[in-house]
Amino acid sequence: MGVWLAGFQCAPCPATSKKQIFKLAFLHWRAAGRSIASTTLSSLVGLLTLSASPLIRIHGLEKSFGATRALAGVSLQVQRGEVLALMGANGAGKSTLVNILSGALQADRGWVELDGQPYAPASPKAAAQHGVVTVHQSTDRVGAAGQRVADVLLLNQWAAGRGPWFLSRASVRRKAELMASKAGFTLDLDADFGDISAADRQLVAIARAVAVDAKVLILDEPTACLSQAEAQRLFAVVRDLQARGMAVVYISHRIADLQAIADRVVVLRGGVIVADLHRPVAFDAAVEAMIGRSLHNARVRARQLTSDVVLQLQGVQLRSDSAPLSLQVRRGEVVAITGHLGAGKSRLLRALFGLGPFAQGQAELNGQPYLPTSPRAAIEAGVNMAGEDRHRSSLMPAGWPGATVAGTIALPHLRRWFPAGWLRPAVERRVANAAISRLGIKARSADAPIETLSGGNQQKVVLARWQSEPAHLLLLDEPFQGVDVGARADIIAALRADTQSATLIATSDPEEALEVADRIYVMDHLGLREARSDGEALALAA
Amino acid sequence: MNALPPSSANSTPMNTPTGVRPPFAWQALLAPVRRYAIFALLLAMLLGFGFAESAFWSWGNAMSVLQAVSVVAILGVGVTVTMAVAGFDLSIGAIAASSVMTASYSMVVWQQGALVSLLAVLSLGMVVGLVNALLIVRLKVPDLLATLATMFLLGGLQLIPTAGRSISTGLILPDGGTANGAFSPEFLALGRSALFGVVPLPVVILAVVALVLYLLTEHTRIGRLLFATGGNELAARLAGAPTARLKVLAYVISAGLAALGGALVAARVGRGDVSSGSSLLMDAVAASLIGYAVLDARRPNVLGTVVGAIFVGVLLNGLTMLNAPYYTQDFVKGAVLVGALAMTYGLSRRD
Repeated sequence: MGVWLAGFQCAPCPATSKKQIFKLAFLHWRAAGRSIASTTLSSLVGLLTLSASPLIRIHGLEKSFGATRALAGVSLQVQRGEVLALMGANGAGKSTLVNILSGALQADRGWVELDGQPYAPASPKAAAQHGVVTVHQSTDRVGAAGQRVADVLLLNQWAAGRGPWFLSRASVRRKAELMASKAGFTLDLDADFGDISAADRQLVAIARAVAVDAKVLILDEPTACLSQAEAQRLFAVVRDLQARGMAVVYISHRIADLQAIADRVVVLRGGVIVADLHRPVAFDAAVEAMIGRSLHNARVRARQLTSDVVLQLQGVQLRSDSAPLSLQVRRGEVVAITGHLGAGKSRLLRALFGLGPFAQGQAELNGQPYLPTSPRAAIEAGVNMAGEDRHRSSLMPAGWPGATVAGTIALPHLRRWFPAGWLRPAVERRVANAAISRLGIKARSADAPIETLSGGNQQKVVLARWQSEPAHLLLLDEPFQGVDVGARADIIAALRADTQSATLIATSDPEEALEVADRIYVMDHLGLREARSDGEALALAA
Repeated sequence: MNALPPSSANSTPMNTPTGVRPPFAWQALLAPVRRYAIFALLLAMLLGFGFAESAFWSWGNAMSVLQAVSVVAILGVGVTVTMAVAGFDLSIGAIAASSVMTASYSMVVWQQGALVSLLAVLSLGMVVGLVNALLIVRLKVPDLLATLATMFLLGGLQLIPTAGRSISTGLILPDGGTANGAFSPEFLALGRSALFGVVPLPVVILAVVALVLYLLTEHTRIGRLLFATGGNELAARLAGAPTARLKVLAYVISAGLAALGGALVAARVGRGDVSSGSSLLMDAVAASLIGYAVLDARRPNVLGTVVGAIFVGVLLNGLTMLNAPYYTQDFVKGAVLVGALAMTYGLSRRD
């Protein structure tokens, strides 16, 4: 079988029909079978495996982005009627794999077979024509406000040039009703797409997938914005589709979801599959495979600090109907808040940086009431923040003034460094060079354009920006996004070495929280609680 | 088995070093081309026109080119500042035209002196700049729409006091009276005199404006923050920059410079012509955009804008000397702009 399959992979494209498979097998039998009987047998076994072929066969997929290997040889099979959960930390390769399947990206190497046919979609549209439909977490691109649900359901057909020239309200409704009933659920077809809930929008996207007789449905973080009841309804829909033979690839960080729905869990780490677990799935094993070590060893040595309290929240509410929050961060301490997307982590950090008010209560900074009204006020009070997505929140576009390493670090400090208003590049360079050597930033010089640095080094520069002047509190929102392991370790070391300021980190990855923090809080639905143990942090956040 | 021609079909085309080098050579060749293309073309034009027409190479002609571009360059510098904050000011042409009318009205109808008239013009500019900024920063009207609206507003407003007539001594006012004032000689000197008799005053004013704004935008904290606001407003705000105030500053500078340009036009023409300033907006914007290509800056920059204005001025001057008809001028300007933009965005992909 090994030999046979090897020959099979060498072919420019995989066999395209059963007839060809037989022909190939026959050729192979003539070539090699005569000598060793066992090889013949194995080739027959290979043939049998193929005829009862899985719906999707992925073989040796590789994909690199520059120096980063997002996928390093992934081979995987998905059966009809199977719900396959794809797990993995940020940067593990999940999205790359899904993007290749959905036609948004092309693989560098390897091939995919769908239903025995070679499958390499050039675009999401081509993927849909082959019956592979992806429903993304954000469903606002499914349709637009101002369109009726019925119109949105039929949008694809119209865009594809099918359907009549003249559309009467009644005919549209009739067709849409047909689609909804085929998908097996009810939707308010006359409602405005802008008015329906995120869960209903997802159902609209799913109904469109069912209408084109999709064979594979890819759900990317489908429950991230859904309530418990809505999630249950989604699960029922997924089970129904599964019963009809549709394969579902389900991506989620929520262990609870996966326990409810997954037949099988595949765990990616560093672009390769590190675990393939069948039902009953041991989720502890899956989580350990995901983070690449035992749950007990992931933790940095937590320090019990008794220094003065820098930030104190008592009874603060982010929304008037949300739970009151309590939080303490001491000088020199690194505290992480974890929790899934939309739990309110960013919202809390933004409020602390003067970008939005608390609904109730107030923060105390060094024992004094702290109510910043703008980032400027926050910075003046000694509170700094490096926002989520450094390109959006911190960096200047390429070729723009201040888009160098030195310029990036200097931006918030210009007033302090150059009170007369006249820039002195030598001053900026001196600070940048100190940061380059302190944090081990890999850059040609202090004047190197920031876009020439790798993600991890860019993040180090952003950190250097906020550490180059003394401050009381540093807020970091998802500081390890697109940061490689080495740079992450350097950044963590730099954060933990800072004894002058307190650090509060928001991260949706509990593993990162465990790696960096002395204490961990878990946030959910704008509520906050301190995790008593590491396992609790992982379980609560997952 | 041997019937399958295999692995080479699967592997990527040969990635030998020789296969990689050519694009690098191209880039290395293109870099200086991009950097100095405008200067090389400018030099070629100077040589070509000088060769074709001996009068082209004279101090007088050089000064007349610079005098001709000074107003456009001053307005272009203002456009550059608004572009630095990623804004756009469509109203500068209308501000300049209103300034011509204001200066004329102030002297001819109100019979005021040069200084008062100049101050009236500049304060009008600042006020319009503040209105633009109010619409854009406070009311969140998109910059193009807001300044389009003020452009319209000013274009109409300047017609009202004189019932649509141009202003010169002896103007019959809407109320039946006659305006008996005249342009003050000091004011006219702004546009007509020359420093030490050799450098026209508008050219000197352009030089001062260009130098001050070059230093402001490229070498001061304010300039860095203006560009930061335009490059990534969120990042600038998160770094504590007062982005709203910076935008207000940019629109006030832009409108103020447009008003100054209008005053120079009034001083040169010596009457309040309702149609003056009609082409100033497009010319100033073109100068700013051509400036993107100067020294391969690929961003708004004051130096580039001035060079861009001079480039167009030399081209038009040379073509006029060679008896190219005046109606081809806009076509020539358009062609230069298209070429410069193609060079900035097409030839120079940074990634």
